[in-house]
Amino acid sequence: MTMSTAPRFWRHIPQRYNLIGTHCVNCGEYYFPPREICPNCRRDTVMEDYKFEGTGTVVTYTVIHNATEDFERQTPYTLAIIRLDEGPRLTGQVMADPDDVEIGTKVKPIFRILGKGGEKGIIYYGTKFVPV
Amino acid sequence: MPAGIVSYGVYIPKYRIRVEEIARVWGDESDVSGNLNVFKKSVPDVDEDAVTIAVEASRNAIRRGRIDPARIGVIYAGSESHPYAVKPTGTIVGEAIGTNTDLTAADFEFACKAGTAAIQACLGLVSAGMVDLGMAIGSDTSQSAPGDALEYTAAAGGAAYVIGKDDLIAEIEDFYSFTTDTPDFWRREGRPYPEHGGRFTGEPAYFRHVTNAARGLMRKIGVSPEDYDYAVFHQPNGKFPLRVARQLGFTKEQIYQGLVVPEIGNTYSGSCLIGLAATLDVARPGDRIFVVSFGSGAGSDAFSIMVKDGIDKLGNGVPLVRDYTSETKNEYMDYAMYAKYKGKLRL
Ligand SMILES: [Zn+2]
Repeated sequence: MTMSTAPRFWRHIPQRYNLIGTHCVNCGEYYFPPREICPNCRRDTVMEDYKFEGTGTVVTYTVIHNATEDFERQTPYTLAIIRLDEGPRLTGQVMADPDDVEIGTKVKPIFRILGKGGEKGIIYYGTKFVPV
Repeated sequence: MPAGIVSYGVYIPKYRIRVEEIARVWGDESDVSGNLNVFKKSVPDVDEDAVTIAVEASRNAIRRGRIDPARIGVIYAGSESHPYAVKPTGTIVGEAIGTNTDLTAADFEFACKAGTAAIQACLGLVSAGMVDLGMAIGSDTSQSAPGDALEYTAAAGGAAYVIGKDDLIAEIEDFYSFTTDTPDFWRREGRPYPEHGGRFTGEPAYFRHVTNAARGLMRKIGVSPEDYDYAVFHQPNGKFPLRVARQLGFTKEQIYQGLVVPEIGNTYSGSCLIGLAATLDVARPGDRIFVVSFGSGAGSDAFSIMVKDGIDKLGNGVPLVRDYTSETKNEYMDYAMYAKYKGKLRL
């Protein structure tokens, strides 16, 4: 995971903290990360903000054994592609013993530190997941 | 018009280390666990801090009370382990629970009683009609030097209380505080671990402040220990609250429900607020609860709380204190893993 600069992180706070995406009122599709234009409906719709529940299912995952210095204390850890209950997929860290995570595992969101800009920089908070 | 607690939530990390395991590493062969009446303590995950704990506790409070976050006009977050020296914990909590920007916030620090000080401040603003609802938080991932006596008990956890005037689950009838300049425990800016005055932390600090605040409140509102169904005292270990209860004339039965320290350790700003939450978890309308916090430096806040009918209207499905302390929810670690998690080893 690469850590963004302060302004870039700041712009992404709503989606990182609360999984704010978008919802197309015309075709009903949900988007995360948020899209301003629905690829199905183009101009013939209105997009509204939508707060995802954060519950979903592990589609696939990988266990990271060797990490950069920032993440060394966390190894081994699990990165997963999660299909949210509303449909969209996202990549997230699953905080559990790697043996307890498999394809199909149901997960829910938790609020954690995603990373830090070294000793002096910003602390990046956001959403991770745990098995339900 | 009466004011008090509208909702509450707690959060305690799932990891535990046994006090015996810490004693084993340092070669302490005395019965440390028995002497402290603390058997295990909570340990934060590598990506948890006082902010993430405050957020989880606050989200639980919001869900339990089905609170519209837009109604919250003030967030005061108490901790002695705010992750930033400058950049308020309350700002991050506000964003994470979805308040709007019509909000005032500030961080509090008063060792282990920053959370009860935050409740008092919220109560003032709410009672004056200046805000609709206030969120008062006590959360800590307390630090201790390897091998220091504090290492046996310094734990992590937090509680959040929504303070308001309508739909009370418990009225705060009154409070009384006792504050002096007593250097029993401190941490200088930039230092990783606190220093303390050893045995000095007992009589002149904990016992003097807790008993004076407790007696001051009882005198102020004309009550005595028999008027209460429950009592919660700050819990730096499992012995002090038992002893101070006895000195004041409260029984073991009154404090047992709120005595959480043997299972989770001292959660500092979370300590007596988690004890109060464990009591509210089982309380019935009409029950009366006596609460006294203690923060080194030093001071105590005593509260008289009357449980109201609203307690029966709270939402279900939000974790109770016992859901976090239940043996089946905990994962034990040895000292080596603990040192890695707490960053005590240089990697
Ligand atoms: Zn569409």
